[in-house]
Amino acid sequence: MNEPDFPIKLESGAPMVRFAKVRKSYGELTVLDDLDFDVQKNEIVSIIGPSGSGKTTVLRMLMTLEQIDHGVIYVDGEPLTHMGKNGKLVRANNRYVRSMRSKIGMVFQHFNLFPHMTALQNCMEAPVQVLGMSKQEASDRSEELLQMVGLEDKIHQHPARLSGGQQQRVAIARALAMRPEILLFDEVTSALDPEVIGEVLGVIRQLAAEHNLTMIMVTHQMGFAREISDRVCFFYDGKIEEQGSPTKLFDNPENERTRQFLSAVLDAG
Amino acid sequence: MQSYLEYLDQHGSRFLDGTLITIQQTIIAGLLAIAISLVVGLMKLSSHKVIRWPAIGYIEFFRGTSLLVQLYWIFFVLPLFGITFEKFTAGFIAVGLNLGAYGAELVRGSIQSVPRGQYEAALALNMSPYKRMKRIIFPQALLIMLPPWGNLLIELLKGTALVSLIAVADLMFEAKQINGSTFLSAESFGTALIIYYLMARLVISPAMRAFEKYWAKKMGRFANHA
Ligand SMILES: Nc1ncnc2c1ncn2[C@@H]1O[C@H](COP(=O)(O)OP(=O)(O)OP(=O)(O)O)[C@@H](O)[C@H]1O
Ligand SMILES: [Mg+2]
Repeated sequence: MNEPDFPIKLESGAPMVRFAKVRKSYGELTVLDDLDFDVQKNEIVSIIGPSGSGKTTVLRMLMTLEQIDHGVIYVDGEPLTHMGKNGKLVRANNRYVRSMRSKIGMVFQHFNLFPHMTALQNCMEAPVQVLGMSKQEASDRSEELLQMVGLEDKIHQHPARLSGGQQQRVAIARALAMRPEILLFDEVTSALDPEVIGEVLGVIRQLAAEHNLTMIMVTHQMGFAREISDRVCFFYDGKIEEQGSPTKLFDNPENERTRQFLSAVLDAG
Repeated sequence: MQSYLEYLDQHGSRFLDGTLITIQQTIIAGLLAIAISLVVGLMKLSSHKVIRWPAIGYIEFFRGTSLLVQLYWIFFVLPLFGITFEKFTAGFIAVGLNLGAYGAELVRGSIQSVPRGQYEAALALNMSPYKRMKRIIFPQALLIMLPPWGNLLIELLKGTALVSLIAVADLMFEAKQINGSTFLSAESFGTALIIYYLMARLVISPAMRAFEKYWAKKMGRFANHA
């Protein structure tokens, strides 16, 4: 790979996340096409765009659920998808990926809570099993987090006994329990009934207000994206077609496609 | 009726001896089948060809050929290659290897039917492959595979009857022997039939159902229906 484009380590002051010429295809279909995308430390970025434009794919690659075909993803100045070996960038091995992945957490559209564990056990699982935290400490911290998301009276319930909104709040607490520096949200309210969306957005709003977490959020909730984002990126066909502050993007979109998309979703919503 | 009681009085102890051997064969072959199922089932899920292909070959071979032929191979043919087993050992090895191939498919299928999101959530939490399997995927897969395992263990019990053909003195063997000396075939094979049936329905089925219930409860499924 071309050295100047893909250094082994980014200079200091590098963004928290950098996609450098990232390409991803499924067979014939190119989902991401030489994507360049930076996110600064503690920045809150919303990703919007039509279905199939590659929004989920971006998050999944950053979470290392998916491999990239070309390019490099950097996290906190270090390569994520690759690693330095004898002064060269090579594909990261599992051990290296695990060491980098600890900086990133993800909240899924369908929660993906562990059904055989209570809310508290869901939150404790990874801190105990991965970080080696004592059960006592993990339990105390998890209880605190569940309290923060407003579920102190549900800590001993299994997911099946919780509403969708409650499950998603447990999922947020579970991700936070690993103390990620970057938190990814993939349409976390789109599987929810309208009346419980607010409680989940409330939790995210609270996290945003603390502003000590880098957040990347794929969402169809334009009002919410405008309210909490530092920056909004409009994805189209695997590329960032337009990006900017919420005011700029929502009130004065320059790109024709952005305008079309926004008028379509605003009409529908 | 009178005469059947007399028959039992006379031959009951041999039926009992045979039943004990059948129970031993079932338990040992069952444990072997379970161990093989886990190993081969997981191997078949591997992304590495060198691990996956032997598992596929194993399953194909043992499911695609007859248990009786496998038993004869292990008992009569392997000695020609210098591998000799006692008949009791050859019996449970054949049954265990054969049913293990079926069990491996159960293990593989149930693991694959755990929703992918579970695997992804565990990965996102940075759990190691071993912990993901042990703590997240397998406990859920077990819940799915227990009911078919109940059936498979009953198949295994019935399959052990074949070991009588290499003269392991199991229930079937004793029934044949008694029949051979008394010519009371209805009594001899009827008694064997009933004992097999009772072991399946009064021991294996309830035991598996109890285990299923225990596991479902441990997994919190109980909470869902409360
Ligand atoms: N595993 C896969 N195999 C094949 N194609 C895939 C796979 N995952 C995603 N795709 C395709 O990649 C494209 C981008 O998918 P992606 O999920 O990133 O879209 P999205 O922007 O999140 O859409 P949506 O708003 O519907 O969630 C789609 O055309 C999708 O069909
Ligand atoms: Mg998506």
